[in-house]
Amino acid sequence: MPDFMPDPAVNANAITISALYKTYDNGFKALAGIDLEIKRGEIFALLGPNGAGKTTLINAVCGIVQPSSGHIRVCGYDNAVQYRAARSAIGLVPQELTTDAFESVWNTVSFSRGLFGKPKNPATIEKILKDLSLWDKKDEQIRKLSGGMKRRVMIAKALSHEPQVLFLDEPTAGVDVELRKSMWAQVRALRETGVTVILTTHYIEEAEEMADRIGVINKGQLVLTEEKNALMQKMGKRQMVFTLRDAIQAIPPALSAYGLALAENGAKLIYTYNTHQASHDVSDMMDVLKANNIRPKEIDSRSSSLEEIFIELVGA
Amino acid sequence: MNWRGIWAIYNFEMGRTWRTIGQSIASPVISTVLYFIVFGAAIGSRIQAINDIPYGAFIVPGLVMLTILGQSISNASFGIYFPRFTGTIYEILSAPLSYVEIIIGYVGAAASKSVLIGVIVLITAAFFVPMRIMHPFWMLFFLVMTSITFSLMGFIIGIWADGFEKLQLIPLLIVTPLTFLGGSFYSINMLPEFWRGVSMLNPVVYLVSGFRWSFYEHGDVSLATSVMMITAFTTISIAIIAWMFRTGYRLRK
Ligand SMILES: Nc1ncnc2c1ncn2[C@@H]1O[C@H](COP(=O)(O)OP(=O)(O)OP(=O)(O)O)[C@@H](O)[C@H]1O
Ligand SMILES: [Mg+2]
Repeated sequence: MPDFMPDPAVNANAITISALYKTYDNGFKALAGIDLEIKRGEIFALLGPNGAGKTTLINAVCGIVQPSSGHIRVCGYDNAVQYRAARSAIGLVPQELTTDAFESVWNTVSFSRGLFGKPKNPATIEKILKDLSLWDKKDEQIRKLSGGMKRRVMIAKALSHEPQVLFLDEPTAGVDVELRKSMWAQVRALRETGVTVILTTHYIEEAEEMADRIGVINKGQLVLTEEKNALMQKMGKRQMVFTLRDAIQAIPPALSAYGLALAENGAKLIYTYNTHQASHDVSDMMDVLKANNIRPKEIDSRSSSLEEIFIELVGA
Repeated sequence: MNWRGIWAIYNFEMGRTWRTIGQSIASPVISTVLYFIVFGAAIGSRIQAINDIPYGAFIVPGLVMLTILGQSISNASFGIYFPRFTGTIYEILSAPLSYVEIIIGYVGAAASKSVLIGVIVLITAAFFVPMRIMHPFWMLFFLVMTSITFSLMGFIIGIWADGFEKLQLIPLLIVTPLTFLGGSFYSINMLPEFWRGVSMLNPVVYLVSGFRWSFYEHGDVSLATSVMMITAFTTISIAIIAWMFRTGYRLRK
C-alpha cells in the first residue's frame, strides 16, 4: 500500500489547492476557482461572510464534499488519488456540533483514532483529554456535557490521530471568553509541535490574535491572501485624536490638506492617515496647528481593527 | 486495508447492540414465542404434518428467516442512516477509509447481530418443539448469507432514505409481505397451481426453502436452486452498492 507510507515530501506545502470549483447539485456555485497554498506550521485564518464558501472549501479538502473540478494536495498527497495518505494527515473540527450522544467521551475519542487506522494509545488520548480539560469527564456520556465541552470533545476527536494539519471550522462559536482564550493558547501550542492550523472565524479579533496569514473569501473566490501584519499595514488606517484645550468652530483652511475631522462639538480633532503613505508628517501638521493657535492637550493614537479592514474589503 | 478503521466501525455498531441488549434480543424472542403459542400450540395441533414434519417444527426455519430478514434490514438501514441524519457521518467520510471498508464495518455488524438473533430464536424454538438440524453447514450457510444479503439491502435503504418514513417504507411495503407469502408458514406446494407460479417470483421462497431443507431435507425447491438464488441476491446487492458509491450517491455532496 504505497499511499500509506510515511511522507516522502517533507517539504511539500501543508495544503496546495489549484483551480478548485464546486457547484452543488442544485446548481449553486459555492467555489469559483480557488488557488491557495498553505505552508507547514502556519496558522491560516479564512475569513468571509456567511455563505462565502469557507465550509465548502474545508469539506472539499477533507473529502466530505466532492469538488466539481480542480486539485487538492495535502502534505504533497493528492486527496482524490492518494486519499488515504491525504486524509490521514488531517484532523477536522466541523462547524456543526455533531456527536454520538450516548457514547462516553473516552470511547468516542478512541473511536476516532481507530477510524484513522492508528493503533490504540491510551497515553496519547489521556494527554489530549487533559490538555482540553476533559479528563474528569472521560466516562461521561456526551449528551450530559455542556455545549462548550462538546466542542472540546470534537477537538479531541480531531486530534486523536495526531494529524499534521488541523482544520477548525468556527471553533469558538458559542464558547465563552475564557475558554476561547485557552483554546487559542492550545492552538499555539499545537503549532509549536509543527501542526498546521487552518481556522475559519467570524470573530475578527480571533484571526488578528492567532493567524500568521489571512485569506478573505467572498462568493466562492479568494479576495486576497496576505500576511496578517502586512495586511494590517497595507490596509490598516491609523487615527490620531487630538483633544483640544479650547474647542474650535471650524477647521482652518491652512489644514485642509490633512483631511481632518471635528468631533464632540469641536473639542476633538481627528486625523486619519494610512501607515504606508509617507507623504504625511505629523510634525509639519503640528506646526500648522500651532500657527493657527490650536493647542492639543492630549493625543490618542489607534490602529483600525481587522474587522474594519474586512468590512471595507468585502463591502467594496 | 484499514482494518483498524473497519474494526472501529464494527465495534461502534455492536456497542449500540449491547447498549440496547434488552430490546435487541427481547423483541425477537417475544415475537417468536407468540408465533409458537398461536401457530404451534393453538392452531398447529389441528394442522396435519407437512412432509411428515409436525407443523410446529415445520415453521421453525421460516420463523428464523422472518426474524433475520427484518432485523438485518432494520439494523443496517438504521446504522448508516442515523449518522447521516445527525451529521456524525462527517467523520467516516473524512477518515482514510475506502467504501468497501465502510461497508464491511456497517454491514458486518448488522449481519453479526442478525446471526446472533437467529441463533437465539432457534434456541427459543427448541423449548417448544423437538428439532433436528440435518445439515448444520448448509443451515449456517443460509443463515449467514441471508443476514449479509439483507444487511446489504438495509444499507442501500439507509443511504437512499432521506427521512425516517422512507426508512420504514420498504420493509413495510415490500419485505413484510414477501416474507409472509414466502412459505414461512406453509409449503408453497400446498398452493393452487397459479399461486405456486406467482410465489416462484418471490425471492424469499428460495431462502426459506433452502433453510428448511438444511433442517429436514425437505424444501419447496432444490438445494442447488436455493444456493444459486441467494448468491444472485448477494451479487445484485453488491452491484447496487458499488454503483451508489461510484457515483457518490447521497453520501458525498
Ligand atoms: N449541500 C448543499 N447544497 C447546495 N448548496 C449548498 C450546500 N451546502 C452549502 N451550500 C451553499 O453554498 C454556499 C457556501 O456555503 P458554506 O457553508 O461553504 O458557507 P460558509 O462560508 O461556511 O458560511 P458560514 O459562515 O455561514 O458557515 C452557501 O450559499 C450555501 O447555501
Ligand atoms: Mg461555514
